[in-house]
Amino acid sequence: MNLFLQQLLNGLTIGAVYALIALGYTMVYGILQMINFAHGEVFMVGAYFGLSVILAFGLAAPVPGGVAWLVGVICAAAAGCALLGLLIERVAYRPLRKAPKLSVLITAIGVSFFLQNAVMLCWGAQDRYVPELLPVRQMGEGAVAVTPMQVVIFAVSLLLMIGLQWVVHGTKLGRGMRAVAQDPLAARLMGIPVDRVIAVTFAIGSALAGVGGVLFGVYYSTINFHDGYLTGLKAFTAAVLGGIGNLPGAMLGGLLLGLLEALGAGYISAQWKNVVAFAVLILVLLLRPRGLLGERLAERA
Amino acid sequence: MAAAPDLLSVEDLHVRYGSVEVLKGISLKVRRGEIVALIGANGAGKSTALMAISGIVPASKGSIRFSGREIRSLPSEQRVSLGITQVPEGRRLFPRMTVKENLLIGATLRTDRSEIEKDLAWVLKLFPVLKKRSLQLAGTLSGGEQQMLALARGLMAKPTLLLLDEPSLGLAPKLIGEVFSLIRKIHEMGITLLLVEQNAYQALQVAQTAYVLETGTIALHGPAERLRQDPSVKRAYLGG
Repeated sequence: MNLFLQQLLNGLTIGAVYALIALGYTMVYGILQMINFAHGEVFMVGAYFGLSVILAFGLAAPVPGGVAWLVGVICAAAAGCALLGLLIERVAYRPLRKAPKLSVLITAIGVSFFLQNAVMLCWGAQDRYVPELLPVRQMGEGAVAVTPMQVVIFAVSLLLMIGLQWVVHGTKLGRGMRAVAQDPLAARLMGIPVDRVIAVTFAIGSALAGVGGVLFGVYYSTINFHDGYLTGLKAFTAAVLGGIGNLPGAMLGGLLLGLLEALGAGYISAQWKNVVAFAVLILVLLLRPRGLLGERLAERA
Repeated sequence: MAAAPDLLSVEDLHVRYGSVEVLKGISLKVRRGEIVALIGANGAGKSTALMAISGIVPASKGSIRFSGREIRSLPSEQRVSLGITQVPEGRRLFPRMTVKENLLIGATLRTDRSEIEKDLAWVLKLFPVLKKRSLQLAGTLSGGEQQMLALARGLMAKPTLLLLDEPSLGLAPKLIGEVFSLIRKIHEMGITLLLVEQNAYQALQVAQTAYVLETGTIALHGPAERLRQDPSVKRAYLGG
Protein backbone atom coordinates (compact mmCIF):
# COMPACT_ATOMS: atom_id res chain seq x y z
CA MET A 1 0.00 0.00 0.00
CA ASN A 2 2.80 2.37 0.88
CA LEU A 3 4.53 1.65 -2.40
CA PHE A 4 1.29 2.35 -4.19
CA LEU A 5 0.74 5.66 -2.44
CA GLN A 6 4.35 6.67 -2.89
CA GLN A 7 4.27 5.95 -6.60
CA LEU A 8 0.93 7.69 -6.90
CA LEU A 9 2.51 10.79 -5.46
CA ASN A 10 5.65 10.55 -7.57
CA GLY A 11 3.53 9.93 -10.63
CA LEU A 12 1.32 12.93 -10.05
CA THR A 13 4.38 15.13 -9.59
CA ILE A 14 6.05 14.24 -12.86
CA GLY A 15 2.59 14.02 -14.45
CA ALA A 16 2.00 17.66 -13.57
CA VAL A 17 5.17 18.55 -15.48
CA TYR A 18 4.03 16.47 -18.46
CA ALA A 19 0.70 18.23 -18.31
CA LEU A 20 2.32 21.67 -18.48
CA ILE A 21 4.25 20.68 -21.59
CA ALA A 22 1.32 18.83 -23.14
CA LEU A 23 -0.74 22.02 -22.98
CA GLY A 24 1.63 23.69 -25.42
CA TYR A 25 1.38 20.84 -27.92
CA THR A 26 -2.36 20.81 -27.71
CA MET A 27 -2.81 24.60 -27.92
CA VAL A 28 -0.71 24.86 -31.05
CA TYR A 29 -2.40 21.84 -32.57
CA GLY A 30 -5.82 23.27 -31.79
CA ILE A 31 -5.05 26.51 -33.55
CA LEU A 32 -2.85 25.42 -36.48
CA GLN A 33 -3.40 21.66 -36.75
CA MET A 34 0.33 21.20 -36.54
CA ILE A 35 2.46 19.22 -34.13
CA ASN A 36 5.20 21.53 -32.96
CA PHE A 37 7.94 18.96 -32.51
CA ALA A 38 10.32 21.66 -31.32
CA HIS A 39 8.16 22.12 -28.23
CA GLY A 40 10.10 19.55 -26.19
CA GLU A 41 13.25 21.54 -26.90
CA VAL A 42 11.63 24.72 -25.64
CA PHE A 43 10.98 22.84 -22.40
CA MET A 44 14.65 21.83 -22.27
CA VAL A 45 15.82 25.39 -22.96
CA GLY A 46 13.54 26.48 -20.11
CA ALA A 47 15.41 24.14 -17.77
CA TYR A 48 18.71 25.73 -18.86
CA PHE A 49 17.33 29.25 -18.50
CA GLY A 50 16.35 28.27 -14.97
CA LEU A 51 19.82 26.91 -14.28
CA SER A 52 21.45 30.09 -15.54
CA VAL A 53 19.28 32.30 -13.36
CA ILE A 54 19.99 30.11 -10.33
CA LEU A 55 23.73 30.30 -10.98
CA ALA A 56 23.61 34.03 -11.72
CA PHE A 57 22.19 34.66 -8.26
CA GLY A 58 24.62 32.23 -6.67
CA LEU A 59 21.88 30.06 -5.23
CA ALA A 60 24.05 27.01 -4.67
CA ALA A 61 22.12 25.38 -1.84
CA PRO A 62 18.74 25.55 -0.13
CA VAL A 63 18.32 29.17 0.86
CA PRO A 64 15.94 30.95 3.16
CA GLY A 65 12.89 31.99 1.17
CA GLY A 66 13.63 29.21 -1.29
CA VAL A 67 10.07 29.11 -2.58
CA ALA A 68 10.14 32.81 -3.43
CA TRP A 69 13.45 32.38 -5.23
CA LEU A 70 12.08 29.41 -7.12
CA VAL A 71 9.03 31.37 -8.21
CA GLY A 72 11.36 34.12 -9.42
CA VAL A 73 13.45 31.63 -11.40
CA ILE A 74 10.26 30.16 -12.88
CA CYS A 75 9.03 33.58 -13.98
CA ALA A 76 12.35 34.41 -15.62
CA ALA A 77 12.48 31.11 -17.50
CA ALA A 78 8.84 31.44 -18.53
CA ALA A 79 9.51 34.91 -19.93
CA GLY A 80 12.59 33.69 -21.76
CA CYS A 81 10.73 30.74 -23.26
CA ALA A 82 7.78 32.93 -24.26
CA LEU A 83 10.20 35.06 -26.28
CA LEU A 84 11.81 31.96 -27.73
CA GLY A 85 8.38 30.64 -28.74
CA LEU A 86 7.54 33.96 -30.42
CA LEU A 87 10.83 33.88 -32.28
CA ILE A 88 10.36 30.29 -33.47
CA GLU A 89 6.85 31.00 -34.68
CA ARG A 90 7.90 34.16 -36.49
CA VAL A 91 11.04 32.81 -38.13
CA ALA A 92 10.30 29.14 -38.74
CA TYR A 93 6.53 28.61 -38.93
CA ARG A 94 4.82 31.78 -40.08
CA PRO A 95 6.55 31.82 -43.47
CA LEU A 96 5.21 28.29 -43.98
CA ARG A 97 1.59 29.05 -43.03
CA LYS A 98 0.36 28.00 -46.47
CA ALA A 99 2.96 25.28 -47.08
CA PRO A 100 2.15 21.56 -47.05
CA LYS A 101 2.02 20.05 -43.57
CA LEU A 102 5.04 17.88 -44.23
CA SER A 103 7.23 20.95 -44.79
CA VAL A 104 6.13 22.37 -41.47
CA LEU A 105 6.80 19.09 -39.72
CA ILE A 106 10.30 18.86 -41.15
CA THR A 107 10.93 22.48 -40.18
CA ALA A 108 9.84 21.69 -36.64
CA ILE A 109 12.32 18.84 -36.48
CA GLY A 110 14.98 21.19 -37.84
CA VAL A 111 14.23 23.77 -35.15
CA SER A 112 14.46 20.98 -32.63
CA PHE A 113 17.97 19.98 -33.78
CA PHE A 114 18.99 23.61 -33.89
CA LEU A 115 17.94 24.21 -30.29
CA GLN A 116 19.60 21.02 -29.04
CA ASN A 117 22.88 21.95 -30.63
CA ALA A 118 22.66 25.59 -29.58
CA VAL A 119 22.19 24.50 -25.98
CA MET A 120 25.02 22.00 -26.27
CA LEU A 121 27.34 24.75 -27.51
CA CYS A 122 26.26 27.28 -24.90
CA TRP A 123 25.97 25.11 -21.81
CA GLY A 124 28.05 22.06 -22.73
CA ALA A 125 27.25 18.48 -23.61
CA GLN A 126 27.69 16.95 -20.17
CA ASP A 127 24.96 16.66 -17.55
CA ARG A 128 24.56 19.86 -15.56
CA TYR A 129 23.80 19.85 -11.88
CA VAL A 130 20.88 22.02 -10.80
CA PRO A 131 21.23 23.18 -7.19
CA GLU A 132 18.38 22.37 -4.88
CA LEU A 133 16.55 25.48 -3.87
CA LEU A 134 14.33 23.77 -1.35
CA PRO A 135 15.43 21.53 1.50
CA VAL A 136 15.19 17.83 0.69
CA ARG A 137 13.31 16.47 3.62
CA GLN A 138 10.26 14.47 4.29
CA MET A 139 7.24 16.48 5.33
CA GLY A 140 5.23 15.10 8.22
CA GLU A 141 5.65 11.76 9.87
CA GLY A 142 3.59 9.65 7.47
CA ALA A 143 4.71 6.53 5.75
CA VAL A 144 4.77 8.32 2.43
CA ALA A 145 7.58 10.77 1.71
CA VAL A 146 6.37 14.12 0.44
CA THR A 147 9.09 16.66 -0.25
CA PRO A 148 8.54 20.42 -0.30
CA MET A 149 9.54 20.37 -3.96
CA GLN A 150 6.72 18.02 -4.83
CA VAL A 151 4.26 20.30 -3.13
CA VAL A 152 5.60 23.29 -5.04
CA ILE A 153 5.53 21.46 -8.38
CA PHE A 154 1.97 20.42 -7.85
CA ALA A 155 0.82 23.81 -6.64
CA VAL A 156 2.53 25.74 -9.45
CA SER A 157 1.17 23.40 -12.14
CA LEU A 158 -2.32 23.50 -10.73
CA LEU A 159 -2.33 27.29 -10.54
CA LEU A 160 -1.09 27.59 -14.10
CA MET A 161 -3.68 25.16 -15.40
CA ILE A 162 -6.46 27.04 -13.66
CA GLY A 163 -5.01 30.29 -14.96
CA LEU A 164 -4.93 28.96 -18.51
CA GLN A 165 -8.54 27.80 -18.31
CA TRP A 166 -9.47 31.28 -17.18
CA VAL A 167 -7.55 32.92 -20.03
CA VAL A 168 -9.12 30.64 -22.63
CA HIS A 169 -12.69 30.77 -21.35
CA GLY A 170 -12.88 34.05 -19.51
CA THR A 171 -11.00 36.63 -21.55
CA LYS A 172 -11.29 38.29 -24.92
CA LEU A 173 -7.91 36.89 -25.88
CA GLY A 174 -9.10 33.37 -25.13
CA ARG A 175 -12.26 33.93 -27.12
CA GLY A 176 -10.08 34.98 -30.03
CA MET A 177 -7.95 31.87 -29.63
CA ARG A 178 -10.96 29.59 -29.67
CA ALA A 179 -12.39 31.44 -32.66
CA VAL A 180 -9.17 31.00 -34.65
CA ALA A 181 -9.10 27.33 -33.69
CA GLN A 182 -12.68 26.76 -34.85
CA ASP A 183 -12.69 28.78 -38.06
CA PRO A 184 -9.67 30.90 -38.95
CA LEU A 185 -11.32 32.50 -41.97
CA ALA A 186 -14.39 33.56 -40.04
CA ALA A 187 -12.10 34.84 -37.29
CA ARG A 188 -10.34 37.10 -39.79
CA LEU A 189 -13.66 38.33 -41.13
CA MET A 190 -14.66 39.31 -37.59
CA GLY A 191 -11.51 41.40 -37.32
CA ILE A 192 -9.54 39.08 -35.07
CA PRO A 193 -5.82 39.65 -35.74
CA VAL A 194 -5.15 35.99 -36.47
CA ASP A 195 -1.37 36.27 -36.72
CA ARG A 196 -1.18 37.93 -33.34
CA VAL A 197 -3.45 35.34 -31.76
CA ILE A 198 -1.24 32.56 -33.13
CA ALA A 199 1.88 34.29 -31.84
CA VAL A 200 0.38 34.71 -28.37
CA THR A 201 -0.62 31.04 -28.38
CA PHE A 202 2.98 30.08 -29.05
CA ALA A 203 4.16 32.44 -26.33
CA ILE A 204 1.80 31.01 -23.72
CA GLY A 205 2.51 27.40 -24.65
CA SER A 206 6.25 28.03 -24.59
CA ALA A 207 6.09 29.81 -21.26
CA LEU A 208 4.29 26.82 -19.75
CA ALA A 209 6.96 24.51 -21.19
CA GLY A 210 9.61 26.78 -19.67
CA VAL A 211 7.98 26.47 -16.26
CA GLY A 212 7.91 22.71 -16.78
CA GLY A 213 11.62 22.83 -17.61
CA VAL A 214 12.57 24.61 -14.39
CA LEU A 215 10.44 22.26 -12.29
CA PHE A 216 11.95 19.26 -14.06
CA GLY A 217 15.48 20.55 -13.43
CA VAL A 218 15.07 21.27 -9.76
CA TYR A 219 13.18 18.01 -9.23
CA TYR A 220 15.71 15.70 -10.86
CA SER A 221 18.78 17.86 -10.09
CA THR A 222 20.49 17.15 -13.39
CA ILE A 223 19.67 18.30 -16.86
CA ASN A 224 21.07 17.52 -20.25
CA PHE A 225 20.55 18.99 -23.70
CA HIS A 226 18.92 15.69 -24.69
CA ASP A 227 16.18 15.95 -22.08
CA GLY A 228 13.74 17.72 -24.36
CA TYR A 229 13.51 14.80 -26.72
CA LEU A 230 12.22 12.09 -24.41
CA THR A 231 10.20 14.32 -22.12
CA GLY A 232 8.77 16.18 -25.09
CA LEU A 233 7.71 12.93 -26.67
CA LYS A 234 6.06 11.85 -23.45
CA ALA A 235 4.21 15.13 -23.12
CA PHE A 236 3.08 14.68 -26.71
CA THR A 237 1.85 11.21 -25.73
CA ALA A 238 -0.02 12.82 -22.86
CA ALA A 239 -1.66 15.30 -25.25
CA VAL A 240 -2.70 12.46 -27.57
CA LEU A 241 -3.95 10.42 -24.63
CA GLY A 242 -6.16 13.26 -23.46
CA GLY A 243 -7.29 14.16 -26.98
CA ILE A 244 -5.07 16.48 -28.97
CA GLY A 245 -6.53 19.96 -29.25
CA ASN A 246 -8.37 19.63 -25.96
CA LEU A 247 -6.94 21.56 -23.00
CA PRO A 248 -8.49 19.63 -20.09
CA GLY A 249 -7.49 16.52 -22.05
CA ALA A 250 -3.84 17.55 -22.01
CA MET A 251 -3.96 18.09 -18.27
CA LEU A 252 -5.68 14.79 -17.64
CA GLY A 253 -3.39 12.99 -20.09
CA GLY A 254 -0.28 14.38 -18.40
CA LEU A 255 -1.34 13.33 -14.93
CA LEU A 256 -2.48 9.90 -16.11
CA LEU A 257 0.71 9.27 -18.03
CA GLY A 258 2.81 10.27 -15.03
CA LEU A 259 0.79 7.90 -12.86
CA LEU A 260 1.01 4.95 -15.22
CA GLU A 261 4.72 5.49 -15.64
CA ALA A 262 5.34 5.66 -11.90
CA LEU A 263 3.23 2.60 -11.22
CA GLY A 264 5.05 0.75 -13.98
CA ALA A 265 8.36 1.79 -12.45
CA GLY A 266 7.23 0.73 -8.99
CA TYR A 267 5.60 -2.59 -9.77
CA ILE A 268 7.56 -3.78 -12.80
CA SER A 269 10.92 -2.07 -12.77
CA ALA A 270 12.27 1.42 -13.23
CA GLN A 271 13.73 0.44 -16.57
CA TRP A 272 10.25 -0.27 -17.85
CA LYS A 273 8.98 3.24 -17.21
CA ASN A 274 9.43 4.44 -20.78
CA VAL A 275 8.03 1.24 -22.20
CA VAL A 276 4.86 1.85 -20.23
CA ALA A 277 4.64 5.44 -21.47
CA PHE A 278 4.97 4.56 -25.12
CA ALA A 279 2.81 1.46 -24.86
CA VAL A 280 0.13 3.92 -23.75
CA LEU A 281 0.70 5.97 -26.90
CA ILE A 282 0.39 2.92 -29.13
CA LEU A 283 -2.71 1.67 -27.36
CA VAL A 284 -4.42 5.04 -27.56
CA LEU A 285 -3.63 5.33 -31.24
CA LEU A 286 -5.02 1.86 -31.83
CA LEU A 287 -8.06 1.90 -29.60
CA ARG A 288 -9.14 5.50 -29.26
CA PRO A 289 -7.29 7.74 -31.69
CA ARG A 290 -9.23 10.82 -30.66
CA GLY A 291 -8.06 10.42 -27.05
CA LEU A 292 -10.01 10.41 -23.83
CA LEU A 293 -11.64 13.81 -24.13
CA GLY A 294 -11.05 14.56 -27.80
CA GLU A 295 -13.69 15.20 -30.37
CA ARG A 296 -13.89 13.01 -33.41
CA LEU A 297 -10.87 13.74 -35.55
CA ALA A 298 -11.73 14.88 -39.02
CA GLU A 299 -9.48 16.55 -41.53
CA ARG A 300 -10.74 19.99 -42.24
CA ALA A 301 -11.64 20.62 -45.87
CA MET B 1 -13.82 68.48 -48.05
CA ALA B 2 -17.26 67.01 -48.64
CA ALA B 3 -17.81 63.37 -47.78
CA ALA B 4 -17.21 61.11 -50.72
CA PRO B 5 -20.54 60.31 -52.35
CA ASP B 6 -19.49 56.69 -52.85
CA LEU B 7 -19.04 54.70 -49.69
CA LEU B 8 -17.29 51.94 -51.59
CA SER B 9 -15.67 52.32 -54.93
CA VAL B 10 -13.99 49.36 -56.59
CA GLU B 11 -12.08 50.03 -59.77
CA ASP B 12 -10.53 47.62 -62.23
CA LEU B 13 -10.19 44.95 -59.55
CA HIS B 14 -8.25 41.88 -60.58
CA VAL B 15 -7.88 38.76 -58.44
CA ARG B 16 -6.03 35.66 -59.45
CA TYR B 17 -5.71 32.28 -57.80
CA GLY B 18 -2.42 30.97 -59.13
CA SER B 19 -2.61 31.20 -62.89
CA VAL B 20 -6.40 31.52 -62.98
CA GLU B 21 -7.77 35.03 -63.12
CA VAL B 22 -11.05 34.96 -61.23
CA LEU B 23 -11.82 38.66 -61.40
CA LYS B 24 -10.76 40.32 -64.64
CA GLY B 25 -11.06 43.96 -63.76
CA ILE B 26 -14.42 44.68 -62.17
CA SER B 27 -15.61 48.12 -61.16
CA LEU B 28 -18.54 48.86 -58.94
CA LYS B 29 -19.77 51.60 -56.66
CA VAL B 30 -21.88 51.48 -53.54
CA ARG B 31 -23.41 54.78 -52.47
CA ARG B 32 -24.06 55.57 -48.83
CA GLY B 33 -27.45 54.27 -47.70
CA GLU B 34 -27.94 52.00 -50.68
CA ILE B 35 -28.54 48.30 -51.13
CA VAL B 36 -26.48 47.05 -54.03
CA ALA B 37 -26.96 43.53 -55.36
CA LEU B 38 -24.24 41.57 -57.05
CA ILE B 39 -25.79 38.68 -58.92
CA GLY B 40 -24.43 36.04 -61.22
CA ALA B 41 -24.04 32.32 -61.73
CA ASN B 42 -22.06 29.95 -59.59
CA GLY B 43 -18.34 30.53 -60.04
CA ALA B 44 -18.73 33.97 -61.60
CA GLY B 45 -16.53 35.45 -58.88
CA LYS B 46 -19.10 37.02 -56.57
CA SER B 47 -17.70 35.64 -53.33
CA THR B 48 -14.17 36.39 -54.50
CA ALA B 49 -15.16 40.02 -54.97
CA LEU B 50 -16.41 40.18 -51.37
CA MET B 51 -13.30 38.41 -50.09
CA ALA B 52 -11.12 40.94 -51.89
CA ILE B 53 -13.10 43.81 -50.38
CA SER B 54 -12.71 42.22 -46.93
CA GLY B 55 -8.99 41.77 -47.46
CA ILE B 56 -8.98 37.99 -47.30
CA VAL B 57 -7.74 37.45 -50.86
CA PRO B 58 -5.22 39.90 -52.30
CA ALA B 59 -6.05 41.96 -55.36
CA SER B 60 -3.45 41.62 -58.08
CA LYS B 61 -4.42 44.94 -59.62
CA GLY B 62 -6.92 47.75 -59.22
CA SER B 63 -8.19 49.87 -56.38
CA ILE B 64 -10.66 49.52 -53.52
CA ARG B 65 -11.65 52.80 -51.91
CA PHE B 66 -13.77 53.06 -48.80
CA SER B 67 -15.04 56.53 -47.82
CA GLY B 68 -12.52 57.89 -50.27
CA ARG B 69 -9.60 56.06 -48.71
CA GLU B 70 -7.55 53.43 -50.55
CA ILE B 71 -7.78 50.21 -48.52
CA ARG B 72 -6.36 47.69 -50.97
CA SER B 73 -3.25 47.04 -48.94
CA LEU B 74 -4.84 47.15 -45.46
CA PRO B 75 -5.07 43.92 -43.45
CA SER B 76 -8.55 42.52 -42.93
CA GLU B 77 -8.87 43.56 -39.28
CA GLN B 78 -8.24 47.20 -40.19
CA ARG B 79 -10.97 47.05 -42.80
CA VAL B 80 -13.35 45.73 -40.14
CA SER B 81 -12.46 48.56 -37.82
CA LEU B 82 -13.07 51.07 -40.63
CA GLY B 83 -16.63 49.74 -40.83
CA ILE B 84 -16.66 46.93 -43.40
CA THR B 85 -18.09 43.70 -42.04
CA GLN B 86 -18.85 40.55 -43.97
CA VAL B 87 -21.46 37.92 -43.21
CA PRO B 88 -19.86 35.07 -45.12
CA GLU B 89 -21.42 32.39 -47.23
CA GLY B 90 -22.36 29.30 -45.25
CA ARG B 91 -22.60 31.50 -42.12
CA ARG B 92 -19.27 30.32 -40.68
CA LEU B 93 -20.31 30.56 -37.06
CA PHE B 94 -18.06 29.33 -34.30
CA PRO B 95 -19.92 26.10 -33.63
CA ARG B 96 -18.45 25.25 -30.24
CA MET B 97 -19.12 28.66 -28.78
CA THR B 98 -22.36 29.93 -27.38
CA VAL B 99 -24.66 32.25 -29.26
CA LYS B 100 -23.61 35.04 -26.93
CA GLU B 101 -19.91 34.41 -27.48
CA ASN B 102 -20.43 34.44 -31.24
CA LEU B 103 -22.11 37.81 -30.89
CA LEU B 104 -19.30 39.17 -28.73
CA ILE B 105 -16.76 38.04 -31.31
CA GLY B 106 -18.63 40.19 -33.79
CA ALA B 107 -17.67 43.12 -31.57
CA THR B 108 -14.02 42.08 -31.28
CA LEU B 109 -12.52 45.35 -32.44
CA ARG B 110 -14.79 47.62 -30.45
CA THR B 111 -13.61 49.04 -27.17
CA ASP B 112 -16.79 50.77 -26.01
CA ARG B 113 -17.70 48.16 -23.43
CA SER B 114 -20.96 49.63 -22.19
CA GLU B 115 -22.13 50.20 -25.77
CA ILE B 116 -21.36 46.58 -26.62
CA GLU B 117 -23.60 45.43 -23.77
CA LYS B 118 -26.35 47.69 -25.05
CA ASP B 119 -25.98 46.44 -28.59
CA LEU B 120 -26.09 42.88 -27.37
CA ALA B 121 -29.46 43.51 -25.79
CA TRP B 122 -30.61 45.37 -28.90
CA VAL B 123 -29.55 42.61 -31.28
CA LEU B 124 -31.24 39.96 -29.15
CA LYS B 125 -34.41 42.01 -29.29
CA LEU B 126 -34.11 42.24 -33.05
CA PHE B 127 -33.63 38.47 -33.28
CA PRO B 128 -35.92 37.04 -30.60
CA VAL B 129 -35.11 33.44 -31.63
CA LEU B 130 -31.55 34.00 -30.44
CA LYS B 131 -32.53 35.42 -27.09
CA LYS B 132 -33.77 32.18 -25.59
CA ARG B 133 -30.78 30.36 -27.05
CA SER B 134 -28.08 32.78 -26.01
CA LEU B 135 -26.25 30.21 -23.87
CA GLN B 136 -26.64 27.38 -26.37
CA LEU B 137 -23.76 26.34 -28.62
CA ALA B 138 -24.05 27.87 -32.09
CA GLY B 139 -23.50 24.48 -33.71
CA THR B 140 -26.77 23.22 -32.23
CA LEU B 141 -28.96 25.87 -33.89
CA SER B 142 -31.16 25.16 -36.89
CA GLY B 143 -30.15 26.49 -40.31
CA GLY B 144 -32.48 29.45 -40.10
CA GLU B 145 -31.37 30.34 -36.58
CA GLN B 146 -27.76 30.10 -37.68
CA GLN B 147 -28.38 32.58 -40.48
CA MET B 148 -30.01 34.95 -37.99
CA LEU B 149 -27.01 34.59 -35.72
CA ALA B 150 -24.63 35.26 -38.59
CA LEU B 151 -26.49 38.49 -39.40
CA ALA B 152 -26.63 39.45 -35.73
CA ARG B 153 -22.92 38.78 -35.30
CA GLY B 154 -22.23 41.03 -38.27
CA LEU B 155 -24.32 43.81 -36.76
CA MET B 156 -22.38 43.60 -33.49
CA ALA B 157 -19.40 45.08 -35.34
CA LYS B 158 -21.46 48.27 -35.91
CA PRO B 159 -20.68 48.25 -39.61
CA THR B 160 -21.12 51.14 -42.00
CA LEU B 161 -21.06 48.72 -44.90
CA LEU B 162 -22.34 45.19 -44.49
CA LEU B 163 -21.30 42.62 -47.10
CA LEU B 164 -23.78 39.74 -47.28
CA ASP B 165 -22.73 36.60 -49.10
CA GLU B 166 -25.65 34.37 -50.09
CA PRO B 167 -27.74 34.98 -46.96
CA SER B 168 -30.63 32.92 -48.32
CA LEU B 169 -28.64 29.92 -49.47
CA GLY B 170 -30.00 26.61 -48.23
CA LEU B 171 -32.96 28.09 -46.37
CA ALA B 172 -36.60 27.06 -46.63
CA PRO B 173 -38.74 29.49 -48.70
CA LYS B 174 -40.49 30.86 -45.64
CA LEU B 175 -37.16 31.66 -44.02
CA ILE B 176 -35.87 33.27 -47.21
CA GLY B 177 -38.68 35.80 -46.94
CA GLU B 178 -37.77 36.41 -43.33
CA VAL B 179 -34.11 36.98 -44.17
CA PHE B 180 -34.98 39.50 -46.85
CA SER B 181 -37.29 41.41 -44.55
CA LEU B 182 -34.46 41.55 -42.04
CA ILE B 183 -32.20 42.90 -44.77
CA ARG B 184 -34.73 45.68 -45.32
CA LYS B 185 -34.79 46.35 -41.59
CA ILE B 186 -30.99 46.54 -41.41
CA HIS B 187 -31.06 48.94 -44.36
CA GLU B 188 -33.60 51.14 -42.57
CA MET B 189 -31.17 51.46 -39.67
CA GLY B 190 -28.90 53.34 -42.03
CA ILE B 191 -26.50 50.55 -42.85
CA THR B 192 -25.33 50.31 -46.44
CA LEU B 193 -25.44 46.83 -47.93
CA LEU B 194 -23.65 44.98 -50.68
CA LEU B 195 -25.53 41.79 -51.28
CA VAL B 196 -24.29 38.78 -53.20
CA GLU B 197 -27.09 36.43 -54.17
CA GLN B 198 -27.95 33.58 -56.44
CA ASN B 199 -31.58 34.27 -55.67
CA ALA B 200 -31.63 37.08 -58.22
CA TYR B 201 -35.37 37.57 -57.98
CA GLN B 202 -35.29 38.48 -54.28
CA ALA B 203 -32.05 40.40 -54.61
CA LEU B 204 -33.38 42.63 -57.39
CA GLN B 205 -36.51 43.26 -55.33
CA VAL B 206 -34.65 44.57 -52.34
CA ALA B 207 -31.77 46.40 -54.04
CA GLN B 208 -31.67 49.83 -55.64
CA THR B 209 -28.68 49.13 -57.85
CA ALA B 210 -27.45 45.85 -59.25
CA TYR B 211 -24.44 44.43 -61.01
CA VAL B 212 -24.38 41.21 -63.02
CA LEU B 213 -21.12 39.33 -62.81
CA GLU B 214 -20.26 36.83 -65.55
CA THR B 215 -16.99 34.88 -65.46
CA GLY B 216 -15.05 37.59 -63.73
CA THR B 217 -16.36 40.66 -65.50
CA ILE B 218 -19.32 42.96 -64.96
CA ALA B 219 -21.65 42.13 -67.80
CA LEU B 220 -24.37 44.56 -66.91
CA HIS B 221 -25.25 47.11 -64.27
CA GLY B 222 -27.85 49.70 -63.49
CA PRO B 223 -30.90 50.38 -61.34
CA ALA B 224 -32.27 47.10 -60.00
CA GLU B 225 -35.69 47.91 -61.38
CA ARG B 226 -34.32 48.17 -64.90
CA LEU B 227 -32.35 44.95 -64.63
CA ARG B 228 -35.52 43.19 -63.49
CA GLN B 229 -37.05 44.10 -66.84
CA ASP B 230 -33.97 43.33 -68.88
CA PRO B 231 -34.67 40.40 -71.20
CA SER B 232 -31.20 38.87 -70.89
CA VAL B 233 -31.33 39.06 -67.10
CA LYS B 234 -34.82 37.59 -67.12
CA ARG B 235 -33.68 34.73 -69.28
CA ALA B 236 -30.48 33.93 -67.42
CA TYR B 237 -31.34 34.64 -63.79
CA LEU B 238 -35.05 35.02 -63.29
CA GLY B 239 -36.16 31.84 -64.96
CA GLY B 240 -38.04 33.21 -67.94
